[in-house]
Amino acid sequence: MADQKEVVFAGFGGQGVMTAGQLLAYTAMEEGKQVVWIPSYGPEMRGGTANCTVVVSDSRIGSPIINNPMSACVFNRPSLDKFGSMIRKGGLLLINSSLIDVTSGRDDITEMLVPVNDIAIKAGNAKAANMVMLAAYVATTGIVTFETLKRMLREKLGTRKEELLEINLKAFEEGRKLAKKVRMQG
Amino acid sequence: MANEANMIFARPESLRETITHYCPGCTHGIIHRLVAESLDELGLRERTVGVAPVGCSVLMYNYFNCDFLEAPHGRAPALATGFKRCRPDMIVFTYQGDGDLASIGMGEIIHAANRGEKFTTIFVNNAIYGMTGGQMAPTTMPEQKTTTTPAGRDVSLAGYPIRIAELLATLRTPAFVARTAVHNPMRVVQAKQIIKKAFRLQKEDRCFSLVEVLSTCPTNWGMSPADSIEWLKETMQPYYPLGIYKDPEKEKA
Amino acid sequence: MAKRLMKGNEAIGEAAICAGARNYFAYPITPQSEVAEYLCWRLPEVGGIFVQAESEVAVGNMLFGAAASGKRVFTTSSSPGISLMQEAISYMAGAHLPAVILNIMRGGPGLGGILPSQSDYFQATKTGGHGDYRVIVLAPSSVQEAVDLMILAFDLADKYRNPVMMIGDGMIGQMMESVEFPEKYREPNKPEESGWALTGAKGRDSRIIKSLFLDPEKLEENNLLLAEKCKKFMANEIRHELYKVSDRNRILIAAYGTMARICQTAIDELEAEGVSVGLFRPISLFPFPEKVIHDEAVKKNIEKVLTVEMSVGQMVEDIERCVQGRKPVEFYGRTGGIVPTPNEVKGKVRELLKLTA
Repeated sequence: MADQKEVVFAGFGGQGVMTAGQLLAYTAMEEGKQVVWIPSYGPEMRGGTANCTVVVSDSRIGSPIINNPMSACVFNRPSLDKFGSMIRKGGLLLINSSLIDVTSGRDDITEMLVPVNDIAIKAGNAKAANMVMLAAYVATTGIVTFETLKRMLREKLGTRKEELLEINLKAFEEGRKLAKKVRMQG
Repeated sequence: MANEANMIFARPESLRETITHYCPGCTHGIIHRLVAESLDELGLRERTVGVAPVGCSVLMYNYFNCDFLEAPHGRAPALATGFKRCRPDMIVFTYQGDGDLASIGMGEIIHAANRGEKFTTIFVNNAIYGMTGGQMAPTTMPEQKTTTTPAGRDVSLAGYPIRIAELLATLRTPAFVARTAVHNPMRVVQAKQIIKKAFRLQKEDRCFSLVEVLSTCPTNWGMSPADSIEWLKETMQPYYPLGIYKDPEKEKA
Repeated sequence: MAKRLMKGNEAIGEAAICAGARNYFAYPITPQSEVAEYLCWRLPEVGGIFVQAESEVAVGNMLFGAAASGKRVFTTSSSPGISLMQEAISYMAGAHLPAVILNIMRGGPGLGGILPSQSDYFQATKTGGHGDYRVIVLAPSSVQEAVDLMILAFDLADKYRNPVMMIGDGMIGQMMESVEFPEKYREPNKPEESGWALTGAKGRDSRIIKSLFLDPEKLEENNLLLAEKCKKFMANEIRHELYKVSDRNRILIAAYGTMARICQTAIDELEAEGVSVGLFRPISLFPFPEKVIHDEAVKKNIEKVLTVEMSVGQMVEDIERCVQGRKPVEFYGRTGGIVPTPNEVKGKVRELLKLTA
């Protein structure tokens, strides 16, 4: 309950929101937490918005359905429109400012603008945008440690995609730095 | 040894010593015997499972002396698939009538054949639903009178009889598919050879096999057994030509 | 064994392997196709088989044929597919064959939708197919419980020689949670030792597995045997969980599967607001924990019983039957794939207690 944290990752299909959520869930489990990862599924997966919710807790998790999540990472405008208003008062919203040029307009939550696509391209692959976002979220909340996160990335990605692994690790660093920078400005 | 007679004819071990419920002039009895002889001669009885259909031959497990499973209407090929996949070391056969196989069970037989399931199907085609009392089957002949086509099968409404052997022979998957008949001794001998070959191919783990057997139903055709044989020869046989339609031993590699 | 993060559908597939099952038949249908996508490569690793059938009608009957071999067999599907399997389930029950069937329920009737639902409760628990028979029905509320119950399902199917069904809403199949599998996987069973499986009539009389009894006396005898099994289910196989049930409860909620977890959250939040509510969660939906719900509901402090379902009201009829009119039985449900939220459940509780938020 009190120790429970929830985060929604939402974007277009193909932006890697499901993977980002899964990696967070793996990492939290590795650190001894209870976790639930729940995706949107079915026709939503095709063309429209895809999203997943990750619940992390020290104790048994009740409802996997979250009315008002504590945080959301939105990768595109439809996701901002859908989840911006749902975040709990005092919660956290990370907005992909590479693709979204507006904000939620709320003053009762912490909002962070993170140009994750631009940073991913600089890191070497636009597809790593999800990892930049995940790192920014982790750096801001401290929900898991970067050490475990990096280890889980290596485990899940395997050694087959060495090049991609390097890019993702670089994306992590950039996301982490970004979160610090944005927070200092904020 | 002077007075000892030589045994030249006996009940196959694969059949029980019971009286069947089949009507006079029905050829199920002959076909049962040909299956039983084949199992005996190939030494398969002790590792065979038969799958009985819904229809006149539903009680065939009372006449055979091997393990048996009773299927819902038309589903024998699905049951045989399930069993054979679990026990590829055993011999599995389905025995189905035309209503069972060509109507309600058309989906199951086509897909089992197309997957190349390694069991044998004996398909008894007598152009009518027997057990339910003589209704039109998919194999009922044009103009043939049945209890649901009292004026004769109208092909403009019910279409033409389905030729199962030909239909299955179109499938690319290797299989043994043949049509036989049992209305005279020569045909019985031929049918035996073909049924035995079907089981031999299964024993050798080769392919799916289906033997269609043209059969009579004097009761529901409303004819004497002798007239039934004539009708089968004159009406059914020209439409359902006998022969081997698909043979893995004749296919090019 | 280490914890693994797995999707419900995949974990259920692995659980079947853990239970020693190696024979799986299925047809793709959302939201449980991942089970087949997982098992199609996982089963061959352990010497098992998977057949993708032409229809759920064929799946059910392949399962029927496979079950007669005496090996552990199973299938998975979702609501419309389960309807098509009812033919074979009835025949298997009539022929006393064990099999495990998983239904990851989606919204109906008809093609309905693909989102979570609990609208097959009646179908699962009240027979489903034709004839005098029942199947054991288990309902997990987490991925770990789905694993545990899947393994149990095989044991129960063998113990009673009867089909066993596990039902979960779409979320049970789709969500990922951490799971642990038993350290030791079971070896596949030996059909020869069953005493009833079709193994070939070698050195014994031939065996017949059938459900046709033309003699009414014989059919009645078979049906009474099935009824006898039901009595054993009632005596031995009732499973349930109570959550925060106490003599301070004003309301007792009855819910199963994922719905029960949503109610748990609502109960926790209501507790923080000073409203005491308990939860009765049947794990076996058939046999239904009749006595438990009756005894809890009639306690003096309980003002009302609230049944919450992802349906327009199915289990509520069993709750009413068990409570025997001694307390008012209320209902809250959403349907069509809409999942009631903790807020909605809290709203209903407040409404029943005439409280304002």
